[in-house]
Amino acid sequence: MLKINNLHASVEDKAILRGINLEVKPGEVHAIMGPNGSGKSTLASVIAGKEEYDVEEGEILLEGENIDDLAAEERAHKGIFLSFQYPVEIPGVSVTNFIKTAINETRKAKGLDDMPANEMLKLIREKSELLEIDRKFLSRSLNEGFSGGEKKRNEIFQMAMLEPKLAILDETDSGLDIDALRIVANGVNKLKSKDNAVIVITHYQRLLDYIVPDFVHVLHNGRIVKSGPKELAHELEEKGYDWIKEEVNA
Amino acid sequence: MDLKDKIVSSYLAFEDHLDDNSPLHDIRNEAIKIFEQKGFPSKKEEAWKYTSLNSLLKHNYSLFPKRDNAIEYKDIKQYLIHDIDSYKIIFIDGKYSSHLSETTHDGMDVCLMSAALSKPKYRLIIENYFNKVATTDSLTSLNTAFSSEGAYINIPKNKLVEKPIQIVHFSTGNEAALMLQPRNLIVVGENSHVQIIERHQSLTENPVLTNSVTEVFAAKRAIVDYYKVQNDKESASLIDNTFINQKQESHCSVHTFSFGGKLTRNNLNFFQNGERIDSTLKGVTIIGNKQHVDHNTLVHHIEPNCESHQDYKGIFGDSATGVFNGRVIVNKEAQKTNAFQSNNNILVSDKASINTKPQLEIFADDVKCSHGCTIGQLDESAMFYLRSRGIPEKEAKALLMYAFSNNVLSSVKIPEIKQRITKIIANKLGVRIGFDL
Repeated sequence: MLKINNLHASVEDKAILRGINLEVKPGEVHAIMGPNGSGKSTLASVIAGKEEYDVEEGEILLEGENIDDLAAEERAHKGIFLSFQYPVEIPGVSVTNFIKTAINETRKAKGLDDMPANEMLKLIREKSELLEIDRKFLSRSLNEGFSGGEKKRNEIFQMAMLEPKLAILDETDSGLDIDALRIVANGVNKLKSKDNAVIVITHYQRLLDYIVPDFVHVLHNGRIVKSGPKELAHELEEKGYDWIKEEVNA
Repeated sequence: MDLKDKIVSSYLAFEDHLDDNSPLHDIRNEAIKIFEQKGFPSKKEEAWKYTSLNSLLKHNYSLFPKRDNAIEYKDIKQYLIHDIDSYKIIFIDGKYSSHLSETTHDGMDVCLMSAALSKPKYRLIIENYFNKVATTDSLTSLNTAFSSEGAYINIPKNKLVEKPIQIVHFSTGNEAALMLQPRNLIVVGENSHVQIIERHQSLTENPVLTNSVTEVFAAKRAIVDYYKVQNDKESASLIDNTFINQKQESHCSVHTFSFGGKLTRNNLNFFQNGERIDSTLKGVTIIGNKQHVDHNTLVHHIEPNCESHQDYKGIFGDSATGVFNGRVIVNKEAQKTNAFQSNNNILVSDKASINTKPQLEIFADDVKCSHGCTIGQLDESAMFYLRSRGIPEKEAKALLMYAFSNNVLSSVKIPEIKQRITKIIANKLGVRIGFDL
C-alpha cells in the first residue's frame, strides 16, 4: 500500500528526515516511536502533503504511484488520512458541515454526485455512535473550545466518515484520559480491515496496548534505526530511548 | 445645475405645499440652510478622507418621483424575510405601499412617518423626539429638510413585540435616476423589546442614491435589535445615518451586513445616556468588483458602568475598497466603562484595499478599552487541515472566509435572519455547504 524509499525532507533548509525506508502492506498496523524531535510528526506531515516541507530525495509510493507531486487534497482523495496532533480550531463551521463538505468534495474528485442527505445523516449517526459522540457536539464549531479528548475523538470520527486506505494517527494518545483513549482505540480497531492500514505515531507504548501493532519502528535523527515486533514497544517503555541511541552511535 | 443647487432650489417648492403649522417647519428651514452652507462632504474632510461621493453626484436624480409605481408581491418576496410572521412597512420609490405592507395600531404604532408628521395625535411625540438625536452634519440635515416619509414606530412600555418589523425600500427604476431621503423614527418604551430589519433594494440597473436617517430612542431597560441587510444592486448607493439614544440599562444592537451596492456609507452613532447600558455594533462586509463600503461608527460613553462591543469583519476582493473608522469617546464621568472594538479584514486580491482607523478618545481613568485591527490572509495551518480532509485549495479558502465572517452571526437572535445571511455569505463566497442539520 505505502512504500517510502530513502526519503529526505527539510524545512527552511534544515534537514529533518534523512533517508526513511518503510513499507506498509494492507491490513497492517505500524507503530512509529521515537524521542522528541526525531522527525515523527514531520514524516506524518510529509506523507499527507504539507507544503512547507521540501522533499529533497527519495519517493513516496501509494499503491505503486508516486505521490510526491500531489497536493494534500489529492492525497486525501486517494485515501490518505492524517489525524492531527493539534487539530485546528475553525470557529463558524460546524463539525457536521465540515465533514459533509469533506465527503462531498472527495466524491466530486472521484466524479460522484453529492451523497444524498438521508444517507449522510445515517452515516453520521452510525459513526458518531461508534465514537460515543453526542449529537449536540456535531453542531458545535469545529474544534472550538473542544477538550483534548473531544478533539481527538473528532479526528477519529472524521476518519470513520472518510474511510481512508491509510490512516496516520499522529500522537492521537496525547492529552487523552483512559476512557477517551479506550473509545478512540476502539473506534480505530473497528475501522481496521484487511484492505486498509494504520500508522500510529506515538511517544509512549500506552496506546499500543489498545491498538496492537504488527511492527514497531524507532525513529531517531530522521532515520528508522530499529524495527521489530510489538514487544519492541514494551522494551522501549521499560528502558527508554537511550540504549537505542547508544546502539546507533556504536 | 449641480445636484446641490438643484436640491436647494427644489426645497422651496417642496416646503411650499407643506402645512405651515407643522412642528417641522422651522427644523426643515434650519436644516436646508446647513446643507446649503456645507454642501456634500468632500474628501478634504477627515471623516470622508477615503470615501468620495463624486461619482454619485453626477447623475440627474429625480427628487420627487412623479408617479405611483406598483409592484407585485411575487416580484419582491425574495427580498423579504418571508418565512416568519412580521410587520412590514414597504415603500416603492419613496412612497408607501399599503397593499404590500402590514402595519398596526393595536397597542403600539407601527406605521408611517407621513401619518406621524400630519396627525395631531402624534404631535407631542414628534416634538419630543424628531431630530433630537440626529446630528447636524450636512447629509443628515439634507434628509431632515426633505423628511416626509419613512417608518414611524412607537412601542409603549412593557411590550414585547413578538413579530419583527421589516422596513423595506424598493426602487423600480421608472425614474432614470432617483434620490431618496427616507426618515425613520423609532421610540421604544421602558422594558419593551423590538426587532427591526431594514433593507434598501433596487429592482433595475438605474442609479439610485438613498440618504437615509433613522433615529432610535431606547428607554430604560428597553431592548432594540436592529438588522441592516445591504445587498443591493451595484447601481445603487446608500448613505445610512443612524442615531441611537439609549437610557439606563437598555441594550441596543445593530448588525450590518454589507454585500451589495456601489457605495455604502454607514454612519452609525450610539449615545449612552444612562448607566449600565450595553451597545453592540457588528458587521460583515464581503464585496468585490469596484464596490465600496465605509463603516463610520461612534460610541459615546457619557455615563459610568456601561459597555460597548464592536466587531466588524471584512473580506475584499477584486478592486473593492473598504473603510472602517471606529470612534469611541469616553467622557470623564464615564468611569468603569468597558469598550471593545475589533476590526478584522482579509484582502483576497492585490487590488483590494481597506483603510481602518480606531479612534479612541478617553477622558476617564478607570476604564477598560481595547481595540484591534488586522489585515491579513488566511491561516496556513487551517488551510492544510482542510486540504488534508480532501477539500481543494479554492474551496478551503472559501470555507475559511465563510467561517471568518460567519462568526459574527452568533449574536443574531432571529434564526431566519441568521440562516438567510449565512446563505448569502455562502453564495457570495462560492461555498457549498449544507444547512439542513
